[in-house]
Amino acid sequence: MYEELLLTILLTSVPLVLAATGELVAERSGVLNLGVEGMMLMGAVSAFGAAILSGSPIVGMIAGAFGGMMTAAIFGLFALGLATNQVATGLALTIFGTGFSGLIGAPLVGKAIDGLPSLSIPLLSDLPLIGVAFQLDALAYISILLVAFVAYFLKRTRWGLVLRATGANHDSAHALGYNVLAVRWYAVLFGGLMAGLAGAYLPLVLTPHWAEGMTAGRGWIALALVVFASWQPWRVVVGAILFGGITIMQLAGQARGWTIQPQFLSMLPYLATIIVLVSISRSGGVLHKAPAHLGRIFYPTR
Amino acid sequence: MITLEKRTSVPQWLRYATPLLAIGVTILLGGVIFAVLGYDAPKALSVFFLSPLSRADQIADLFVKACPLIIIGTGLVFCYRANIWNIGAEGQLVLGALGAGWVALSFPDATSYSILILMALAAMAAGALWALIPAFLRVRFSTNEILVSLMLTYVASLLIDWLVRGPWRDPMSFGFPLTPLYADAALIPPMILPVVGRIGQLHWGVPLALLIAVIAGIIMRRTLAGYQVRLFGEAPRAAKFAGFSPSKVTIGVMMVSGALAGLAGAVEVSANIGQLQPNISFGFGFTAIIVAFLARLNPMAVILAGLVVALAELGGDAAQISLGVPKVVTGLFKGLLLFMLLAGETWTNFKISVGRKS
Repeated sequence: MYEELLLTILLTSVPLVLAATGELVAERSGVLNLGVEGMMLMGAVSAFGAAILSGSPIVGMIAGAFGGMMTAAIFGLFALGLATNQVATGLALTIFGTGFSGLIGAPLVGKAIDGLPSLSIPLLSDLPLIGVAFQLDALAYISILLVAFVAYFLKRTRWGLVLRATGANHDSAHALGYNVLAVRWYAVLFGGLMAGLAGAYLPLVLTPHWAEGMTAGRGWIALALVVFASWQPWRVVVGAILFGGITIMQLAGQARGWTIQPQFLSMLPYLATIIVLVSISRSGGVLHKAPAHLGRIFYPTR
Repeated sequence: MITLEKRTSVPQWLRYATPLLAIGVTILLGGVIFAVLGYDAPKALSVFFLSPLSRADQIADLFVKACPLIIIGTGLVFCYRANIWNIGAEGQLVLGALGAGWVALSFPDATSYSILILMALAAMAAGALWALIPAFLRVRFSTNEILVSLMLTYVASLLIDWLVRGPWRDPMSFGFPLTPLYADAALIPPMILPVVGRIGQLHWGVPLALLIAVIAGIIMRRTLAGYQVRLFGEAPRAAKFAGFSPSKVTIGVMMVSGALAGLAGAVEVSANIGQLQPNISFGFGFTAIIVAFLARLNPMAVILAGLVVALAELGGDAAQISLGVPKVVTGLFKGLLLFMLLAGETWTNFKISVGRKS
């Protein structure tokens, strides 16, 4: 029984890990993209539609990533190309993505697909309790590899340093000769790709059908998660399991007649995020602070 | 490659042309998207933008729909003018509805309309206090108000969910998550016009919304408080040298916008629903952000902007019935409109050139 609970928690946390890791990279480059929910929905509808047309969930997965990336490109066109306010542009992207995915998805309602199969890793999956972590699907394993890649990239590579520099101070990065907008474009597109994969995970693994607005606020939780993780990739994984765990616990708790109200459990991720925000604003440590130029508009002057 | 060059002077006509142009381009792009997806584009557009205007009672309903958007949008204008990014109006709206609901449910036998004043005060206080949280954290710990106000929106919607399913639920509601109905005196009365009588769902909240926008316009243009807000947004350093306190402005604009969002929540429930339920708002707090931008952060223009955006909302209802697309599709137009407005804002301030850098 505990194994089943753990499996559900892990499955719930995968889309959070994917979307939050993508947003983390964008935010580290100084771009606050509040359009995660919209990009996830576009990813979900692209993945579902492609899986129906091709009959293959793998094609669906790729289409989801592509759909998310194209949606992010709209954000880039406005927030980077036209230097519009990032907060408003991100909100516009979420509102647009919700509407557009609902329109493309209207003929898909009521259809069903075969989801991604689960791939058991021999030996490891036989372990007691934690064995379930090795009975997941390909995308779940990929998500961990992507976190590892992002963690390595940001901390150990030259381009990771450049990306962090653009987020910390775009004027300095520009003065040093780095193309701030190009770096931010890559980061935004990567964020879209990840959000698209996260959205794809919903119809491909969690519920094998399409429904308008099926992300149900996961994009916003992913945004909270980035802050909760204080912009550190591996902490995103821990946070996602915690947040996912809370979601599952309240369902399980309801079934068992716990006295704590489920709504208060659901508030915890948001309240914890606020507490983290306050504590990182207070403490002096530069390392775990928000990127200094997060959300600031940059346009190159000579 | 897009290059931007700051305009040295902004032609006056551009300021008025961009919002109109944004509306036009939005409708055009929306039509193209519908056509590409195989819908009858002219029909789709007329369902969205003309069918809600074909009868007098529908025009009245347009005002009813615009009412919360105008009230919230007016408050947001103050925040955004001062460069404070309150995006949690949705949560402040919910808290306002709770404040008013608490008063209404405490006096189930009220017979005097004076209870409405008490409800309005409670709603404004609750909304303002909810907005005070991000404002205080911003002033005291320089915490990002965007993220905090957003997080609190979700906390607020869980709070109302708990209240109407738990402590405030009507024991006679057969298990539905609903509070008891408000007393008649706690409901905003419908507006009966001379000669024509009642049109659509028109209620007294609508003239209140218009009045608020007009008063806000006067405050913004003619008072010291309004001047402080504008100066802070446009020249924060100059404002500091003038001796204005950034903390006071931050807390002030946040509380004003929270109070107005709260009031909108109270009006919405008291005029249209009559009791509390888990969902009392259809994203009005977020949609009002578009309204504020469409009005180019000008309180009086919020009235017009509110009506335009409300039209898209009503169009969504019509499209659900006659096109068979989900109501969320209205977001396609709302999102496009915000994109175009933002682009228009850039065009107002910059010369935009597309092509290779020389």
